[in-house]
Amino acid sequence: MKKVLDIMQKRAKQLLGEGIVNRVIGWKTGEFGYDQTPAVFTSAAELSSLVYDSFSAPNLSKYLIEETKKEGKALVFLKPCDTYSFNQLIKEHRIDREKVFVIGVECSGKVDINSLKSRGAVGVIGVEDNGEKVIAHTLYGDMEFAKDDVLLEKCRSCKGKQHMVFDELIIVNPVKEEKNDRFIGVDALDAMTPDERFEFWRGQLLKCIRCNACRNVCPACSCIKCVFDNQNSGVASKASPDTFEEQMYHVIRAFHVAGRCTDCGECTRVCPQDIPLHLLNRKLIKDMNAFYGEYQAGTDTDSRAPLTNYTKEDVEPNVISDKGGDK
Amino acid sequence: MFKIKKNSLNKLYAAIAEAQTLYIPCNVNGKPNFAVWGEGADVDLASLKTVKSAKEVFFPQCEDIVSFKTKGKEITVIDCRKESEDFVVFGVRACDAKSFEILDKVFLSDPVDTFYKTKREHGTVITLACSRPEESCFCSAFGIDCAEPSGDVATYFSGEYLYWSPKTEKGLNLTNSLKNLLEIANDKDNLALENEQKNIREITKKLPLYGLDLSKWGADDLLEKFNSEKWQELSSACLGCGACTFVCPTCQCYDVRDFDKGNGVQRYRCWDSCMYNDFTMMAHGTPRPTQMQRFRQRFMHKLVYFPSNNGGEFSCVGCGRCVEKCPINMNIVKVIKAFGGEGK
Repeated sequence: MKKVLDIMQKRAKQLLGEGIVNRVIGWKTGEFGYDQTPAVFTSAAELSSLVYDSFSAPNLSKYLIEETKKEGKALVFLKPCDTYSFNQLIKEHRIDREKVFVIGVECSGKVDINSLKSRGAVGVIGVEDNGEKVIAHTLYGDMEFAKDDVLLEKCRSCKGKQHMVFDELIIVNPVKEEKNDRFIGVDALDAMTPDERFEFWRGQLLKCIRCNACRNVCPACSCIKCVFDNQNSGVASKASPDTFEEQMYHVIRAFHVAGRCTDCGECTRVCPQDIPLHLLNRKLIKDMNAFYGEYQAGTDTDSRAPLTNYTKEDVEPNVISDKGGDK
Repeated sequence: MFKIKKNSLNKLYAAIAEAQTLYIPCNVNGKPNFAVWGEGADVDLASLKTVKSAKEVFFPQCEDIVSFKTKGKEITVIDCRKESEDFVVFGVRACDAKSFEILDKVFLSDPVDTFYKTKREHGTVITLACSRPEESCFCSAFGIDCAEPSGDVATYFSGEYLYWSPKTEKGLNLTNSLKNLLEIANDKDNLALENEQKNIREITKKLPLYGLDLSKWGADDLLEKFNSEKWQELSSACLGCGACTFVCPTCQCYDVRDFDKGNGVQRYRCWDSCMYNDFTMMAHGTPRPTQMQRFRQRFMHKLVYFPSNNGGEFSCVGCGRCVEKCPINMNIVKVIKAFGGEGK
């Protein structure tokens, strides 16, 4: 990974120096070795604090909405999964492609610091990742984990190692594609009775503190004014006068991003209460796949999405009803 | 000083809960948060920090103020304030205990917030010393000793026991009501506890944020800080979510909202976040139209405005929740350091 970072820094400095881009969007190192912050770098000197390792999880695509409103071209580093969000934002005319230089970077999965902590690694002051094992150095001693066990949910259900869009690629060690079934969690929920499923979601969604982190990090949530922030909408709310409100917020959000959600997994990554929000989105993805044929948002910039396209083969409403949609 | 065996704690909880509501950190659907104790509750005193702070027992995220019922052109005003009953909050860490003093300065000064006041009067706070401080902790920067928390009763884990030390009249009353469950600690116990506390203080010194320097902050240089160019860069990655605010033990801003029930209105107050774009929205619009301005407000309030109105006291207790929960890892520590408050 160190080698990848070296190449990233060198190439970024070059492109800045040649005036091809006037700023670089990447990740900046933090206090504990795992707490990276997305950052804009404008000089070669600043780029010395650019970092790329097992904790470069934040998806940088959404920042480009604001960044491409500015003068000049921005260089952005995107992981394979981030490129789906980037494409989707191009499709929705939210990013000006001409103003972005995309460098795709290899990714072998990002580590979930909360997963380390929940496995007993408290007081983490540094983390090493050798590809197979993750070693957490803590104030109370070192702890070792198999990397597969401590990956972020979005990485455990990785969509693939291919970049959907790029101007250049930096791949030093090609990462092997590994099959996974990202619908296992949804299948388990589908197997429940409607009442059990309701209980499950009620339990999870009651934890919601309505911080809006899921919405604000979501690349598909790019409305200039969200209906939940709009005083004139009649549904604006900062907290729940009634617990049902939280469920409405998340369900409405999932429906609003249906067909546009690339399953980037940022909602689940940022939730302070560990609500498995990806399951809501994946349920809709799974159903859309079944009703309208396989579709992955963000693979391209011009295809029509299932919910914005009509074909004669489209499923009849009574089929949806058979699936429990009327319960 | 009293003590009780760790494996008898359930009896203690039951005895407290018999007389009054007991709030205690519990694992609820996978996350530790303060919850009402009941038989079978999954008490979690091992996790250092609850997601939401303990302030919620005195200042709930959402609280009804008044109701209106309409019938034709008739409006009935319904007083929905509830008489607060005695309750106990157990397992409050030193940082959260300190946050109550900060909230008191806001809610108990004129005009007194009666909703808060009545809960403060009826609540008994049992604190718990930290055994294993974490990397995000920096309470010592605010003069807090996590091995010796304040509260009505302070408790400490050591060996097989939970040690119990009443500190106020309220604490003594509660202790008296639990006499048959608590043993009196002997000299050996006291020595063991002192050693434990010494160890905790040693660990505190090894924390990465130990020695965080706040000398550059306070009531002075308000305009210089306000006008600094650093805010733009510091806030550039901020998503404008409210995670930091809603896990914070000292954030005290709230909004008053009306919920349209169809045949009336439920007026309630709920936590607000200065990170939100409609924060302090007024008829003319918002005084802080950009995220930079909203971001700056949060830290200026905690590190400059609050101290300037409260004899130099910061409105941060170094619990580190915001450090852990920010989706993009920007936080008060990075802000403090950016203005010259380097650590050790």
